[in-house]
Amino acid sequence: MWVYQKMLQYPAGVKACNPKLAKSIITQYGGPDGELAASLRYLTQRYTMPIPQAKAALTDIGTEELAHMEIVATLVYNLVKDASIEDIKRAGLDGYYADHDKALYFVNGDGVPWTAAYIQSKGDPITDITEDMAAEEKARSTYEYLLQLSDDPEVDRTLRFLWQREIVHFQRFGEVLDLLHEHYSHKHVFEMKGYDPAALKKKDDDSGRIITP
Amino acid sequence: MDPKQMELLRRIMETQFITVELNLFLDTHPSEERALQDFRAASRELHNLIATYEAAYGPLLNFGLGEPGMAPCWQWINDPWPWEINWRGKC
Ligand SMILES: [Fe+2]
Repeated sequence: MWVYQKMLQYPAGVKACNPKLAKSIITQYGGPDGELAASLRYLTQRYTMPIPQAKAALTDIGTEELAHMEIVATLVYNLVKDASIEDIKRAGLDGYYADHDKALYFVNGDGVPWTAAYIQSKGDPITDITEDMAAEEKARSTYEYLLQLSDDPEVDRTLRFLWQREIVHFQRFGEVLDLLHEHYSHKHVFEMKGYDPAALKKKDDDSGRIITP
Repeated sequence: MDPKQMELLRRIMETQFITVELNLFLDTHPSEERALQDFRAASRELHNLIATYEAAYGPLLNFGLGEPGMAPCWQWINDPWPWEINWRGKC
């Protein structure tokens, strides 16, 4: 269950109409390292996590990413809201306009639509959390490139906030990864008389990871 | 949006940022007593601010978790929605 809060997580503002900047920023809405990908990745990976800290972190960070998606949408919406057809053409948004007018759609800066192929849900908790750490770093890099491209100091303020959140999420996922390693190192493997080592190469029931003695 | 409403909303967003940050920290440090105390204090402050806001301007949360208010109409649908507020120069 989710509940909507009628407010942004961060007070996003724009100085002036700037469709060219919107065209770059929209990649954090529907691009490969954007907020939709982040949110859906975490929210779908949480079901198969073996420890409570991992389930909580994926649920809460996945939820925060939805709030970031809304912030990015707010920037794009306000950057194109008052644009004329001439502005749209000059910004190279004419192709987007033909398909979507000024509506929000999940694409990257070049109009490539979002795809589930951007994300993975592998079932191996170590693999999934490692992907999540990489995802946070990719999003951080993207915000750094967007800050280089931006010529609006108001937009910069919001981009810097989102950039910082990626660093915090990376840190939290790093801690989850440590907790997972700890969890697996405490797994007990019982020896039995006359055991066959191959028989012990079995699936650990609560996590699905293979334990090799 | 009137400046008083905007200022109260900004304080709610600020306070909730503290609770979000502490919530994530506690997810991976569930026995950090000091963070838990800070979370409790910030969470109480957040609830008070939201109650004040909702009594004056209508619900901030949907599905019955917000205060419906005493107005004779359904205030949830009132403009502005979050993406319609320009926070330029407000921070
Ligand atoms: Fe993130």
